[in-house]
Amino acid sequence: MRGKTNKKKIEKHHIEDLVGRIYMSFCVLLLIVIIVSMVYFVASKGLANFISGRVSLSDFLFGTKWAPEADTPSFGALPFISGSFLVTLLAALIASPLSICAALFMTEIVPGWGKKLLQPVIELLSGIPSVVYGFVGLSVIVPFLRDTFPGQGIGVAAGALVLSVMILPTITSVAADALASLPQNLKESSFALGATRWQTISRVILPTTMPAIMTGVVLGMARAFGEALAVQMVIGNAPFVPRSLFESASTLTSVITLSMGNTTLGSTLNNALWSMALVLMLMTFVFVLLVRMLERRNKI
Amino acid sequence: MKPKTADKIATTFIVFFALLIVAILIGLLGYILVRGLNHISWDFLTSAPQKIRAGGGVGPQLFNSLYLLVLTLLITVPLGLGAGIFMAEYARPGKLTNFIRLIVEVLSSFPSIIVGLFGLLLIVNYFELGFSLISGAIALTFFNLPLMVRITEQAFRTVPKAQKEAGFALGLSKWKIVTSVLLPVALPTIITGTILSAGRVFGEAAALMFTAGMSSPRLNFSDWNPLHANSPLNPFRPAETLAVHIWKINSEGLAPDAIQIAAGASAVLVITVLLFNLLARYFGRLIYRKLTASKRIN
Amino acid sequence: MQFRKSWIMALALTSVVALSACGNSNNAATNNGGNNAAATNTPTESSSGADLSGSILASGSTALQPLVELAAESFMDANSGVDIQVQGGGSGTGLTQVSEGQVDIGNSDVFAEEKLKDADAAKAEALVDHQVAVVAIAAVSNPDAGVDSLTKQQLVDIFTGKITNWSEVGGTDQAIQIINRPSSSGTRATFEAFALGTKTEDLQGSVQEDSSGTVKKMIGETPGAIGYLALSYLDDTIKTINYDGVEPSVDNVVSGDYPVWAYQHMYTNGEPNEVVKAFLDYMLTDEVQNGDVVELGYIPASAMQVSRDVEGNVTAK
Repeated sequence: MRGKTNKKKIEKHHIEDLVGRIYMSFCVLLLIVIIVSMVYFVASKGLANFISGRVSLSDFLFGTKWAPEADTPSFGALPFISGSFLVTLLAALIASPLSICAALFMTEIVPGWGKKLLQPVIELLSGIPSVVYGFVGLSVIVPFLRDTFPGQGIGVAAGALVLSVMILPTITSVAADALASLPQNLKESSFALGATRWQTISRVILPTTMPAIMTGVVLGMARAFGEALAVQMVIGNAPFVPRSLFESASTLTSVITLSMGNTTLGSTLNNALWSMALVLMLMTFVFVLLVRMLERRNKI
Repeated sequence: MKPKTADKIATTFIVFFALLIVAILIGLLGYILVRGLNHISWDFLTSAPQKIRAGGGVGPQLFNSLYLLVLTLLITVPLGLGAGIFMAEYARPGKLTNFIRLIVEVLSSFPSIIVGLFGLLLIVNYFELGFSLISGAIALTFFNLPLMVRITEQAFRTVPKAQKEAGFALGLSKWKIVTSVLLPVALPTIITGTILSAGRVFGEAAALMFTAGMSSPRLNFSDWNPLHANSPLNPFRPAETLAVHIWKINSEGLAPDAIQIAAGASAVLVITVLLFNLLARYFGRLIYRKLTASKRIN
Repeated sequence: MQFRKSWIMALALTSVVALSACGNSNNAATNNGGNNAAATNTPTESSSGADLSGSILASGSTALQPLVELAAESFMDANSGVDIQVQGGGSGTGLTQVSEGQVDIGNSDVFAEEKLKDADAAKAEALVDHQVAVVAIAAVSNPDAGVDSLTKQQLVDIFTGKITNWSEVGGTDQAIQIINRPSSSGTRATFEAFALGTKTEDLQGSVQEDSSGTVKKMIGETPGAIGYLALSYLDDTIKTINYDGVEPSVDNVVSGDYPVWAYQHMYTNGEPNEVVKAFLDYMLTDEVQNGDVVELGYIPASAMQVSRDVEGNVTAK
């Protein structure tokens, strides 16, 4: 009698366990299905032009002339690709020093209230929607740049500034985590040797945490590279490689948001825009792989 | 330069930049709120937008944003919990687990515009769900899901090992341990994380322009049957959210007070995200306190 | 081993769920009153007289969207059984979706033949055009430019970069900043075809914005800016420029004196069904044409004294 109930219980356990496992496997499988179908669809659309031979791959990647509606259309996407890289790198250059300082402030200078002050600030900054960033960029940063620098205010500089504020939280929070996880004895032995705080920071703390901080920078760049609406509102969208920072330029995301709705599905222009989406997607992979490499080095 | 002076200069720099970030945030929030707050009224929050006349509100858009959020969470939370628990408790270290983790990372860093375009192609056109709330919710799921997985996994990993071992010692099945021992402990972290991710969903525009649509049909707020075409709860109707609305009136607004409406809507959006943040903190603390208190009684 | 087994089961489960989900979604969409192609093919139940019922889905041009929405509201007031949803998405999206049967009406600010070319030309042939309004486009500048009128040649020179300063066309000494539209834009196609008479290449340093609101804001704020806007967007923050001495006014467009205008099209795939036809007919009634159309700053298609075909040939009515 007792044995029977026990057996039943075990069976019930087994069924519960099995149901749980199946459910979880389903969830994980769904993740895989989503990513595979995404890659498949974007790739099939993005490669259509090259496969049908309407646009050659090298013309697309290295061509500087974007004139999709001209009598002899040309689909050179180099202006957009270079624009995306330029804006992203600039944004990272502006945001990284700021973020690292903020992280140092939170963990090394005033660990107590520094963290209490900056933590919510960082969280709030990351919570502000990108449309709002674009809106503020257009009404504050663009007029400011127009009055202080040559040019019309819109352009690469405005895009990079807006993006740098948007990626501040990402870099800061990763950097702060990295600094906080540094073994205390490293710092203490440096102080014991009579080093000042700055000497400790610059010769001990930053060199040891650099790979982890770079992870944050790369994550920030990934976000900047893919950001669409805020950039499109302030960058000016001329399909050219810009000659100066204050000249109108384009990014991959800005031309996609600008033109996608005007094109019919399956047209050469539409497919060219999908090719750009594919480039964006491939860059995401590159960023993720970079992060992984950095993390691996961090472990060693 | 003496090390001491260098130290002082460096410290000043660091403090300056840190405070600069605080100043940027205060400036941003101040700018948005000062410009928007005087336009916010009860009427603005509840009335429907006007196309060409002044005095339109953002009522339907606000409702759409919230409803879309609920729909998204309904899909994301169970799926995210499942995959997250799998990653934390079941997956053995190996190539497969590594691969899944890579997928989660890639998915969470996909540009939202790609998610939107993919949604347009697959959900809206191919599955013929049209521009609708449900299309929007599915698109949002695509990038909220990896976030949920990560939150769940981290939350489960922070649960002390002793709790799990005690469960095994009692002869409980693994599933039982997960659901009745580990989940309650991990819950506060999960809830906090979910609310924070909700803020991101709330402000998303790029992915929704192509999936949930940029218009809102007439809503009959006395009809709550989700199957009726004009019911606010019907998941198959198109829905313009607050963030998309800001984008739209900024670009095509014909109403004479479009600029004020955009400012007001931005302020509403930011305040809501602020509320989410506060709520996340409050909930996290509340549940933590309850849990620790209950431990003491036991 | 057990691990692998559960994976296989899960795989089977997913496919079942996925299949049933597809089925559901299709059903849901059709039950919902024909959100999709089904509506176009199946005539609506009540075909007798006044009480129409059914649903219409329209998508496309964001420029046309407000008009269709406004008209749809009053149409739904009169016919309580009809549900009309109007989406934006751009002319290209509208034409794609109507030719693939995903919507009943595709709104476009260009002729379908201009978007669906080459391999897609057959799709354009299947579409039936309904011209519901006319939009006129005016060249506009920042108020400080100091120019009232430009000739066609001057405009061409400005937009091709031959003239770079307002003083060369009788204005103040101020560099010209072009605020253009992306080359896929219908507004740009219209402006180039009827104001410039030629396609232009993008200039380095020019600004491109797709939305009229942003274009207007930028021209108003940027010193020396020039661009073009639909008449409904004109106000005091920008200066309207006469074209070859002709003022871009409604009267001049109607009489055919001002040439920079284009039809607003509502395309259906084949002849429309009863409900869609009733709505399209309603769009052309005096109630809409002299009401919503005028109020939103469009020009009634019925008032035009001239007409124009795909090739751009103008004939007096």
